[in-house]
Amino acid sequence: MMEINKRNARQWSRLGSRGVFGLALTDAAADHADLMALSADLGNSSGLGRFQAMYPDQFLNTGIAEQNMIGVAGGLAKEGYNVFATSFAPFIAMRASEQVRMNLGYMELNVKAVAIGSGIVMGLLGNSHYGIEDVSVMRSIPNLTVVSPADCAEIVKTVEAAARFKGPMYIRLTGGPDNPSVYTEDYDFEFGKAITLREGRDIAIIACGTMVYQSLEAAKELAAQGIDATVVNMHTLKPLDTATLDKALEGTRAVITVEEHSTIGGLGSAVSEYLAPKRERPPHLSIGLPDKFVKAGQYQHMLDELGLLGPNIAQSIGSFMHSLDMPISA
Amino acid sequence: MNISEIENMASFMRRKIIDISYECGVTAHLGGGLSMVDIMAVLYGHILRFDKKDPRWEDRDRFILSKGHGVLGYYPALLAAGIISEEVFKTFKANGSDLIAHPVMNLDLGIESSNGSLGQGLSMGIGIALAARRKTRMFKTYIYLGDGECNEGSVWEAAMLAGQLKLSSLTAIIDHNGLQSDGESNQIIDNSNIAERFASFGWDVVSIDGHNVPEIVAAFDQRFQTGKPKAIIARTVKGKGISFMENDNAWHHNRLTRKTYDEALECLGVPATAEG
Repeated sequence: MMEINKRNARQWSRLGSRGVFGLALTDAAADHADLMALSADLGNSSGLGRFQAMYPDQFLNTGIAEQNMIGVAGGLAKEGYNVFATSFAPFIAMRASEQVRMNLGYMELNVKAVAIGSGIVMGLLGNSHYGIEDVSVMRSIPNLTVVSPADCAEIVKTVEAAARFKGPMYIRLTGGPDNPSVYTEDYDFEFGKAITLREGRDIAIIACGTMVYQSLEAAKELAAQGIDATVVNMHTLKPLDTATLDKALEGTRAVITVEEHSTIGGLGSAVSEYLAPKRERPPHLSIGLPDKFVKAGQYQHMLDELGLLGPNIAQSIGSFMHSLDMPISA
Repeated sequence: MNISEIENMASFMRRKIIDISYECGVTAHLGGGLSMVDIMAVLYGHILRFDKKDPRWEDRDRFILSKGHGVLGYYPALLAAGIISEEVFKTFKANGSDLIAHPVMNLDLGIESSNGSLGQGLSMGIGIALAARRKTRMFKTYIYLGDGECNEGSVWEAAMLAGQLKLSSLTAIIDHNGLQSDGESNQIIDNSNIAERFASFGWDVVSIDGHNVPEIVAAFDQRFQTGKPKAIIARTVKGKGISFMENDNAWHHNRLTRKTYDEALECLGVPATAEG
């Protein structure tokens, strides 16, 4: 069991998403003999170096062949193993998409497909390595649970819960080393149960992955401008926690979704799919990655360029409120 | 089962294929189903270990129909083996049936996996065989592939890994009928050297006549080199047993009329006046 405290959170943050994923999975393997880790020759990149050393029998490198990896994972899962299969987001969610559909979706086999480096954290490696459409693809496959942890502590929570969870899942890791922390103490985590991190009376910001932290930052800036924001960590994108969403939207003047994913098919789409049929619903601003292959750069630079850091999220929300002719003064 | 019992089982299966294809009233993958019959009769009549009263028996051998459109060679084998009932069998292609044009995983009916998207069965087979190895269980895993299916790159991803892992409890059967959906395989992707391909990926390979029951039995019974997965390249005839369907790709996916049904029965030596 990995304890969430300030010190660990700081350490994990330095280590980054992938490293912490590897630590958490290694930790889980100690308690779950039925757990296996598969990698398509990205074991070290997936933070699984230590796992391989400690549990060589529970690890398999399938070679650079993601489609086969998912099929092998399906076969192992069919025979009772809980299999974590990892690769970079596009290689698992798109190259092996149909294997995910057959094995995890159609047959509901107990495989956790883990996308490392999703979003744009791969920076200068370029769009070939970005996960900008993965949620869109994975979310549309029946039977899949889709999870996007907010920070390294939540990656620990997710892995621990996924090691106990029987069923197919897509786990999307965003952020890199120096991943900012949302959580520095233990908390209750349950798939499908969103977490309200901040309550405000004016607007509701629904975020996932790295954008939870940035949304909290944005909320601070907005508060200084007299806009009081609720912030919800929607770590599970499917099934969507509509109860928490309903509560967050009570009396709100606008809903804003923020995600490190294309605005097509991700969290913004999930929320709007839910809200669209409602007679009474707040205006919705969907903040995320644009529908294009952007010029590559370093991660922080790109987040800034694309308007995904706290201050520019606050600015976008402010402009949106003005455009609605709903400026809020304190 | 002895050889003549297996041959009788194959005859029974062919009759069932023709009956059910006619009775379902819609198109069915006749050609590729008929090419499988003798091999499937050997598997379900002689090779596979299963408990028809308990299809979930943990130590059963695993069979996966990777060429998922070959259900007409599969469901009649499950029927002949007593794993599914005549009542269930009759639901073939009825609305909402468990027995549709591609297998849908249903362990109670002895169906191990859902297939239909080609090139995926061998990967799952590796996972199953690995699980058996890890758990030191003795069951074996059999994957039935089409030769056209071997166009899929994922087949070769799996072939490489199975060779690398030396999965000797894994057997692939390649139904080498030389035809695929759009025509002759050697005009599309020539696979005449498919045996050499598997061998070069680290498999133990035997090539046989896929309609000669003693030869099929010998291939399965033969002790292969240990430490290698086995590939049985079975030369087959698409549409085998129904002369007007044999090697005619019009019967890859087609519908039987009353007239062609009667003609098919005649090929099987059943009087044309037989009740439909």
